[in-house]
Amino acid sequence: MIGVELRLMLRRRRVWLCWVLLCAIPALVAVLLAVTNLAPAPGQGGAFLSAVTSDGQLFPAAALALVLPVFLPITVALVSGDAVAGEASTGMLRYLLVRPVGRLRLLTAKLVSVGAFVLLAVVFVTITSYIVGVLLFGFGADAAVGGAGGITSLSGVVLTPLQLAGRTAATVGYLALCMLAIGAIGLFFSTLTDSPLAAALGVLAFVVVSAILLPLDAAAGIRFYLPTTHWLAWIDLFRDPILWRAVREGVFVQLGYIVVAFGAAWANFATKDVTS
Amino acid sequence: MTVIRTASLTKRFGRVTAVNGVDLTVPAGVRFGLLGPNGSGKTTLVRMLLGLVHPTSGSVELLGRAMPRHAADVLPRVGALVENPAAWPHLSGRANLRLLDAAGRGGRGRDRKARVEDVLARVGLAGVDRRPVKAYSLGMRQRLGIAAALLRGPELLLLDEPTNGLDPRGIGEMRELLLGLSASGVTVVLSSHLLSEVEALCTRVGVMDAGRLVLTEDLDVLRSPTGHVRVRTPDPGSVVGLLNGQVVHRDGDALLVRAPDAGVLNAQLVAAGITVTELSAERRSLEQVVLELTGAGSDRVDP
Repeated sequence: MIGVELRLMLRRRRVWLCWVLLCAIPALVAVLLAVTNLAPAPGQGGAFLSAVTSDGQLFPAAALALVLPVFLPITVALVSGDAVAGEASTGMLRYLLVRPVGRLRLLTAKLVSVGAFVLLAVVFVTITSYIVGVLLFGFGADAAVGGAGGITSLSGVVLTPLQLAGRTAATVGYLALCMLAIGAIGLFFSTLTDSPLAAALGVLAFVVVSAILLPLDAAAGIRFYLPTTHWLAWIDLFRDPILWRAVREGVFVQLGYIVVAFGAAWANFATKDVTS
Repeated sequence: MTVIRTASLTKRFGRVTAVNGVDLTVPAGVRFGLLGPNGSGKTTLVRMLLGLVHPTSGSVELLGRAMPRHAADVLPRVGALVENPAAWPHLSGRANLRLLDAAGRGGRGRDRKARVEDVLARVGLAGVDRRPVKAYSLGMRQRLGIAAALLRGPELLLLDEPTNGLDPRGIGEMRELLLGLSASGVTVVLSSHLLSEVEALCTRVGVMDAGRLVLTEDLDVLRSPTGHVRVRTPDPGSVVGLLNGQVVHRDGDALLVRAPDAGVLNAQLVAAGITVTELSAERRSLEQVVLELTGAGSDRVDP
């Protein structure tokens, strides 16, 4: 079923459109920056954006910071909200269950396919933005200082290309995990309704509520448990030495969301009357 | 052997009782027609048989195993068309069947292509191209749905409205297909609004009304002669004179005569020199039976 699910996802035009748009948005920003050469001042604008004009190799990090707060959650909400509700609305859910595909197996396959979607989304953004960044901004003047292709970390220490690749890979994994947590919530919402749109909007509402509560002092008590709190922890991966604490906490919270949301989805779906 | 057995099966959705204390038994090898007006609970019953809807109370046995507990063992031996056919609209019919086949356990992947081509040929879609299903006509979708039900070579076919959207030729083809499957030992259970279709295909019928199973009977028994004979003659007056008291109804040159044997009546009329242009034993039609047993469907709203 997992194989079938992945094949189904890869043959959906919507999924490819999401990926293309996710890659296009940072590319557009890069082109604007390159044409005008007006990078935001350090400390303003998106993370890393001020540095990219001097070194294109930092652009993947900047691109991830650009798509993370809004566009990535939107695509994850679309795809995960569609997971079960989409099958219900086409009527395929009943035929899959009668085939028979066990309900737990179906949910697991859906979660795996959402995971594959977010991982590929983050990977595609990283790869395309690296290419775009290097093409438009080159390897940067600092490269000469730090040896071939070295770039400066946020802490001022020069990172070797190998270190940079490793940290970018860790970032990709961390962000995919954050998005998978959102996807698991989408999967849960998707078992509650037969409408993919309602499930997707539910996920977005959840993200927006979390983002609203985040800066409130009154919400300080629950801040740690909000999913969006930890989304920017990956920036610490670009310090030297790496500050692991925030990343570690983020991983625990996101895993917690995945377990709880998947458990809730299973609890609801296992005995649900399929009347679609 | 019994293929389907339900015991006081009941399903409530909130305050609505969709299925109410149904005891249904379907023996192996029959062609069973499930009839009843819209909203009488046919579809909910079929969904409970397949484990899609969980009963409020009562039990279901399919192929001798309790459902939905043994769904994983039972359902591979059952083919179903529930309410209407469905498919992934962005894929071709062939891709749909291959993915559906791959989605569940059982059957070797190497034989998948042959299996899919076989069922496509059986439902008359062998030459179907790569168009996505969303471009299919209603009849093509219906054929694809039946192909999906046949994919795993089932022992039991549960078909809800299998001829929906098919033209008369398509309906005839499906009847031939189902008769062929039935002859090879497959038990066929179908629900339909087309009573003539059920009459032509089924050997046994069940009638549902307002959630209850109000009748299960062999079609032959339902359609046994009523003891009346229809006679059409250019000389109705002499018939009335000859068979005084036996004529139940007269409408122009058509008469309804109480007589146990149509042959004897015919001989009697001919012996009396009366020309008979038409003579047949009256049988109740399935339509009469169903209309007598059932009320208005849930789609009719009277003040």
